[in-house]
Amino acid sequence: MTPDATTVAVDDIIRTVDLAKQYPGMDGRALDGLNLSVHRGEIFGLLGPNGAGKTTFAGVLTTRVVPTSGHAYVAGIDVAKHPALVKQISGIVSQQNTLDRQLTVWENLYFHGRLFGIAARESRRRADELLEQFTLTKWARQSVYALSGGMAQRLMVARAIFHNPAVLFLDEPTAGLDPQSRLALWDLLGQLNLAGQTVMLTTHYMEEADQLCDRVAIMDRGQVLALDTPENLKRLVGADTLVSIKVASGADRLAATLTEGLPEILTSRVTGGSLSIETRGADRLVPRIVALAESIDVDILDLAVAEPSLETVFINLTGKELRES
Amino acid sequence: MTVTSEFSKIPTRSVVAASRSALGALIARDLVVVRKSMGEFVLRTLVQPFLLCFVFLFVFPKIGQAIGNTGGQRAGDFATVLVPGVVGISVMFQGVQSIALTMAQEFGYTREIEDRVQAPCPIWLVAMAKVLSGATQGLLAALIVFPIASIVHAEGVHADISLHWAVILTLVPIACVAMAGLGLVLGTSFEPRNIGLMFGFVILPITFLGGTYYPWTALAPVKVGGFHWLQTLVLINPLVYVNEGMRAAFTDAPHMHLYVIYPVMIGFGSFFIALGLRNFRRRVLS
Repeated sequence: MTPDATTVAVDDIIRTVDLAKQYPGMDGRALDGLNLSVHRGEIFGLLGPNGAGKTTFAGVLTTRVVPTSGHAYVAGIDVAKHPALVKQISGIVSQQNTLDRQLTVWENLYFHGRLFGIAARESRRRADELLEQFTLTKWARQSVYALSGGMAQRLMVARAIFHNPAVLFLDEPTAGLDPQSRLALWDLLGQLNLAGQTVMLTTHYMEEADQLCDRVAIMDRGQVLALDTPENLKRLVGADTLVSIKVASGADRLAATLTEGLPEILTSRVTGGSLSIETRGADRLVPRIVALAESIDVDILDLAVAEPSLETVFINLTGKELRES
Repeated sequence: MTVTSEFSKIPTRSVVAASRSALGALIARDLVVVRKSMGEFVLRTLVQPFLLCFVFLFVFPKIGQAIGNTGGQRAGDFATVLVPGVVGISVMFQGVQSIALTMAQEFGYTREIEDRVQAPCPIWLVAMAKVLSGATQGLLAALIVFPIASIVHAEGVHADISLHWAVILTLVPIACVAMAGLGLVLGTSFEPRNIGLMFGFVILPITFLGGTYYPWTALAPVKVGGFHWLQTLVLINPLVYVNEGMRAAFTDAPHMHLYVIYPVMIGFGSFFIALGLRNFRRRVLS
């Protein structure tokens, strides 16, 4: 069984063709015709709210979810046809802690090596080496129960890369981690990537996608709405500045006045006592807004200026916020 | 020669080769866990057989409590019936404990199964590894329980043990695999939160109606009209064949014919494993 490597471009570690998944008894498709590629050596992020289809997509690639139609290839191998071959070259960090509770920290690594056909001596050496690299040596003989959430996550990453996988999958890797552990994990993934590791992760944290990923696919309802580098995605928005203004009353009047007085405004949106506007190329934005508000006697309670984020991109694409739904 | 970086790899081993080493590692892992908790293993294996022998073969004769001696059966005859039954029930409990309970846990809150099924082999092999290591633990249990069961009794109570090695060496391993298969079916059919139900509605009836305390042939007098209803009904109970087989292996007591026991036990084993593997696959894949 040799993988049909000829059918796929060499630099695509992952490629999907019209990939779809329909769970029996569920309305709508969890994956609705996905076509995308993950290049060798990049950190690729799938960003979307819960239920967008990210986990299903990762499930297909890790051979746990059987696609309804279409194809998915990892390193040129059809995952539905040759799951056992794909597993040889995949490293997986799942959402939950799946460490072996009956084994010590060191044994968790050692037996993973044995499971992937690595000789006993080499498995021992690599287990030692990885514990050192992931600063877990102190815990080697301890039960995995002794590890904090962040350390358990590190051990799971160490285990996943033990057999030098062609691609490392992480499903919501920092969900439930404290901010410090989250930063540490980003750092770690960055280092692995620097050493050549291709990484694919799912996340619903836009900061994670923005700061960590080379390219991001924004997903909703089983479809990819946009796929590009975080910078280019943010450029999609068109605006370079976002202003949110909180007023005591008269948000609608202020919106009308600003739209008239500020030609740089692209969009404006009123929600309750708040007004959000997107502008491009505007100078001296804040004083002009304040002056216009004063001219119609609207009291500004609060005013914040920000650059567009992936969250803005998501809102523009779907009309809803990332954390909703 | 083209130089490929460390991370540009494609699968280097055939599925068969990768599966072979994965199977070895899965079983090695289970046995390391058993070895690490050997004390606990021995204890939980011994408690039930010890209590059975203690109560039935020590306490009952001491206090003059008669057991089913309508036909003038002596306590020694009962011991001869009970000792192989105790070995049989231990093998069954090992199958349930080493597979059904751990699997319920791994499917449940620890989610360890998620990692185990990422082994570079077909998914069914992961379940099969469990069956093999469970069967090994069953063998180990039989090995520990048999001597204990044959020595715990009051003076004067004596089990007539006679070892039929050809039967022991073939039937005991088959029984261990079949009971491990039963463990796999139970572990993959019951949700972790319903394990209590499993004990109440499956394990208890199987053990009480499994011919541990009486030989199957002795059930003949229980009948309605001319119909031996109980003797017929318990034929669906796999433990009956295990216990009858143990009787054939360890004693000269009357037992079901071996040419019934062997094929039925192999049939049960194959059925359980097939059903268990199907359940396992369904729970792992979506």
